[in-house]
Amino acid sequence: MNETNPVARNAANAPVEAALTPPVDVIEDAAGITLFADLPGVPKEKLSLHVEADTLTIEGEVALPTPEGMEATHVEVTLPRYRRVFTLSKELDAGKVGAEFAHGVLKLRIPKAEHAQPRRIQVAVG
Amino acid sequence: MAYRPLFPRDVYAEMDRLQREMLQAFDISPSIRGLSRGGYPAVNVGSTAKSVELYTFAPGIDPATLDVQIEKGVLTIAGERKRDPVPEKANVHIDERFAGRFRRVVTLPDDVDPGAVEARYRDGVLHISIARKQAAQPRRITIQ
Repeated sequence: MNETNPVARNAANAPVEAALTPPVDVIEDAAGITLFADLPGVPKEKLSLHVEADTLTIEGEVALPTPEGMEATHVEVTLPRYRRVFTLSKELDAGKVGAEFAHGVLKLRIPKAEHAQPRRIQVAVG
Repeated sequence: MAYRPLFPRDVYAEMDRLQREMLQAFDISPSIRGLSRGGYPAVNVGSTAKSVELYTFAPGIDPATLDVQIEKGVLTIAGERKRDPVPEKANVHIDERFAGRFRRVVTLPDDVDPGAVEARYRDGVLHISIARKQAAQPRRITIQ
């Protein structure tokens, strides 16, 4: 609306492409968090994982082998792109994220920082 | 029936689900096999002059356990996706991924050749390519 507004202009210059939200499972144990995400149709080289400050972004592009001249007749997966963003918490060690990707399922392991791992605190009496 | 959309927070999928539940509840005219779309696995279908292409989005499945059958012009894709065991003393914060048995049934066009099927599982997508019968393929007629 207001073209002189720099905020609006910047937002218009960097449009975010529409993407599907992949389903995830997030499981936490004492040593860290495990995240599973379903990204069917994404080859390994089209998967991108970003950790910036405390934001984790999972993005993937679908690449399917399509014969020439194919016309879609029934479509349930409507966009060729997945994206999901998570905010990590402080105690997670974003520098040590481990990732596995097989059969369209991404498995991420985000360990907790050493100082954040649970430990029993001895109570001294006396 | 347990229903879980492939893509959570998809407002159209939610509206679709609502519409489907309304249709089933009021029995206007549901598909003979119940749910015609949605759920796991999602299916995209495309067609060319020479073949019919099916893309089944079924991530995290051992392809050896997939059961694909064509009988009387009906293609059935069935299988099971096992849940990863949750370790002891772990908390599940988000639980959106499908687990359990699934079955999708697709009626094929009349001109496909059930003897010429190729199925390939790659990156979590089962791609089934079924050729159309030679007689049904378009061909150029030369004028004498």
